Amino acid sequence: MEETIAELRETFRSGTTKSVSWRKKQLKALLDLVNENEDSIFNALDQDLGKSRVESYRDEVGVVKKSATYSLSCLDKWVAPKKGEVPLLFFPAKAEVMPEPLGVVLIFSSWNFPISLALDPLIGAISAGNTVLIKPSELAPACLSFLVQTIPQYLDNKAIKVIGGGADVGERLLELKWDKIFFTGSPRVGRLVMTAAAKHLTPVTLELGGKCPAIVDNTLSNPSKAKVTAKRIVGGKWGPCTGQACIAIDYVLVEEKLASTLIDILKKYIKRFYGDNLKELKSISRIVNKNQFQRLVNLLKDPHVASSVVYGGSVDEEKLVIEPTILLDPPLDSEIMNEEIFGPLLPIITLKNIEESIEFINSKPKPLVIYAFTEDKAFKKRILSETSSGSVTFNDSMVQFLCDSLPFGGVGQSGFGRYHGKYSFDTFSHEKAVLHRAFYPELEPRYPPWTNFKLMFIKLAYGFNYFGLMLLMLGFKKS
Amino acid sequence: MGSQPEDKAVFDTESGKEMVKELRASFVAGKTKSYEWKVSQLKAMLKMMEENEAQIIFALRDDLSKPELESSIYEIGMLKNSCRLALKEMKHWMKPEKAKTSLTTFPSTAEIVSEPLGVVLVISAWNYPFLLSLDPVVGAIAAGNAIVLKPSELAPATSSLLAKLIADYLDGSCIKVVEGAVPETTALLEQKWDKIFYTGNGRVARIVMAAAAKHLTPVVLELGGKSPVIVDSDIDLKVATRRIIAGKWGCNNGQACISPDYIITTKDYAVKLVDSFKCELEKFYGKNPLESKDLSRIVNSNHFDRLLKLLDEDKISSKIVHGGERDETNLKIAPTILLDVPKNSLIMKEEIFGPLLPIIMVDKLEGSFDVIKSLGGKPLAAYLFTNKTKLKAKFVAEVSAGGLVVNDTTVHLAEHNLPFGGVGDSGMGSYHGKFSFDAFSHKKAVLYRSFGGDSSLRYPPYTRGKLRLLQALLSGSVLRIIRALLGC
Repeated sequence: MEETIAELRETFRSGTTKSVSWRKKQLKALLDLVNENEDSIFNALDQDLGKSRVESYRDEVGVVKKSATYSLSCLDKWVAPKKGEVPLLFFPAKAEVMPEPLGVVLIFSSWNFPISLALDPLIGAISAGNTVLIKPSELAPACLSFLVQTIPQYLDNKAIKVIGGGADVGERLLELKWDKIFFTGSPRVGRLVMTAAAKHLTPVTLELGGKCPAIVDNTLSNPSKAKVTAKRIVGGKWGPCTGQACIAIDYVLVEEKLASTLIDILKKYIKRFYGDNLKELKSISRIVNKNQFQRLVNLLKDPHVASSVVYGGSVDEEKLVIEPTILLDPPLDSEIMNEEIFGPLLPIITLKNIEESIEFINSKPKPLVIYAFTEDKAFKKRILSETSSGSVTFNDSMVQFLCDSLPFGGVGQSGFGRYHGKYSFDTFSHEKAVLHRAFYPELEPRYPPWTNFKLMFIKLAYGFNYFGLMLLMLGFKKS
Repeated sequence: MGSQPEDKAVFDTESGKEMVKELRASFVAGKTKSYEWKVSQLKAMLKMMEENEAQIIFALRDDLSKPELESSIYEIGMLKNSCRLALKEMKHWMKPEKAKTSLTTFPSTAEIVSEPLGVVLVISAWNYPFLLSLDPVVGAIAAGNAIVLKPSELAPATSSLLAKLIADYLDGSCIKVVEGAVPETTALLEQKWDKIFYTGNGRVARIVMAAAAKHLTPVVLELGGKSPVIVDSDIDLKVATRRIIAGKWGCNNGQACISPDYIITTKDYAVKLVDSFKCELEKFYGKNPLESKDLSRIVNSNHFDRLLKLLDEDKISSKIVHGGERDETNLKIAPTILLDVPKNSLIMKEEIFGPLLPIIMVDKLEGSFDVIKSLGGKPLAAYLFTNKTKLKAKFVAEVSAGGLVVNDTTVHLAEHNLPFGGVGDSGMGSYHGKFSFDAFSHKKAVLYRSFGGDSSLRYPPYTRGKLRLLQALLSGSVLRIIRALLGC
């Protein structure tokens, strides 16, 4: 492992990755990798998670293609230094901010989007000119071995590597000194990563999760809007990896009087999208492994929770499938309402007044996303200014992920740092400040021995008080 | 029983918890988010400086024998500028930034909203104890946070002055000062903050970051390093020398994170450079620099001993070509220049942070880049004096540091359009100007969608046609989308 990082460091030192044409070549090769191996990717995702082709394209293959294409088209712009304006006092001077690669970076990706969560950060790291080691999650083994096999076939093996293995490999990697660590996963492991990074003062980006709420107000009273709302909630809960996604809707907040309307219409679309026979569910992923399956089943064990199930609840242990399940008002102190569900169980919490949802959300750690289905401008404003989350999406779910101009990242327990689009480039770059000065003119008052005149001069200069400076120089100001 | 003077209460974990609780309540109540509150605090800070300039200068003289001009300009003047800039630009900084949306999410609008992180901890250093305490605080206020400031105990006069002035001038329910040393800092670090801003050294920075990791608290670490100065021979030697002196001994007598640490120049030029230094140093500080009022002293005997150790190392003292005088009683060391010290000496291994300036010689100036890289670690700043365009370009492209300056030293600190921060061992994160506001903000992405324009292709059951349409949509290509819609 030390050899791996030594090789990556040597490659970085040699300057290969700094060349913009090298970076573009790698990004194009990554596009080829994805285009020429689509079927293998679909198969691996089906094997690991039971993802359907459309879901795999939408959430994994398509995302990587879009990112790589976007980066290729913007790279020249991103690597260019940004000019800064310099006040007259410094004249003549030139100020700019120059992005440069951090060096050797480590990317940890998680098992729920095993292709895109490994390759999307990789795109950012390559664009910024770094050498990279990716450690994909061993809990998605087919995808891991796909990456281990195909990446060396397409990308520059001296600069971009993939390593397999489990938590022990991860631990050993964390003992080494990296120039950046990018981690997607749980807050618990996020803490371990940051603690290890602290030993080497390595900056980190932590993409974690949380309980992403969806607020629904009386838009539900409008039938056509209710339909769209329901579709988007269903699509935002069970669509991405059957709820095993950091941005999946975790729970819904709705007014008491609208709860049954909501539940009825959710049921309708669940049946339409996925079917209602546990043995024949279509277009939906399965639970990744027995551990996660058991964890989710245990959430339903609490009798008060079990009795709140109003739809679904059946499980198939052999196939690791849990049917889309809706719960109505499970006890607020139950586990299902206190830890991130990360699965196909959807609690609906009713409130007397939808405005209470703000207080409810604020009583929990800051989530990655807050979803709100409402057209009330004042309510939207309140949500924006009175809650805090990585991001907020109004009247939809999931799609903010596709918006390259929006930073994707958390706050508080949902993480820090961000990526997507140019933010990916920035997260793997150091923005170096550069100031160019000339030898003339020389300002004598800069130098000791100090006198009152010099003090006055510098005070005026600092206030950019050019008029005052002129007066001082002409002798019209007392020093 | 007669009344006894109360011992100053010990600040422990419980006190830390209570303090954070109180500040969080103030934050949740929305006090710090209001524009008016922010303006009132920044104006109060300006008033505080105006009405107490003499006391501040006095405290800095007490702690560091800092010359009045350095205190007035580098500590007070710079902070005033920060406040004024924030007051002027804050409204603009607080405005949401529009973000472009693409065909893929049509119809939608997007923006990025800045919001305060919450309750933040600022830990500052002893060398610019006034500025480095309050400059980050300006950013934290502008961004709308509640704040605890922990000034350095190694500058005790300034620390207690800050505690008093902040209590007198700023809103005590939202901004607090905790004085103390390791036990108090430890108690603070055990709490859950929304951000920790630390200025200091790498050893303590590791402790800060590890403590932050327990709560997943993001950090800004402003550290230091060995800031090199490459000096070419085709320059105006007098101007270059003066600027290096101003950046080295003119900045707290070399005890500054961006002070030139060492010089690299060619063998042929070294002697000329040393002579120029001797000449200008005498002009600035006189024949007896130990008696000059324009030089700070060494902060305490620990650092004094540390610096002497660097000088007295075997084979090093013979390399001194200028200076070397010391006054232990007053903790003063004269500007000292060393020529041709071995690269593995102590003085070349750690950040000097004092008035000793080693000069390393190379055959050709291009070799200086390798010297810098061989010392390992990326410094906070790097400087180059030359008129050669190619050398400038190579310098900017190849030397990695927090910030670079060509043909001057340290002045980039005052340029608020440039981010000020380190990379690698010199730190992470940056501040100054808008970067301060950003350092203490969360940039929340917001996407507005409407109910119209809902396409069934997003939803199962999934079909081949939907797959093709999805592929087209993700590619953003209008032509593909039309073709997919038409089914061809």
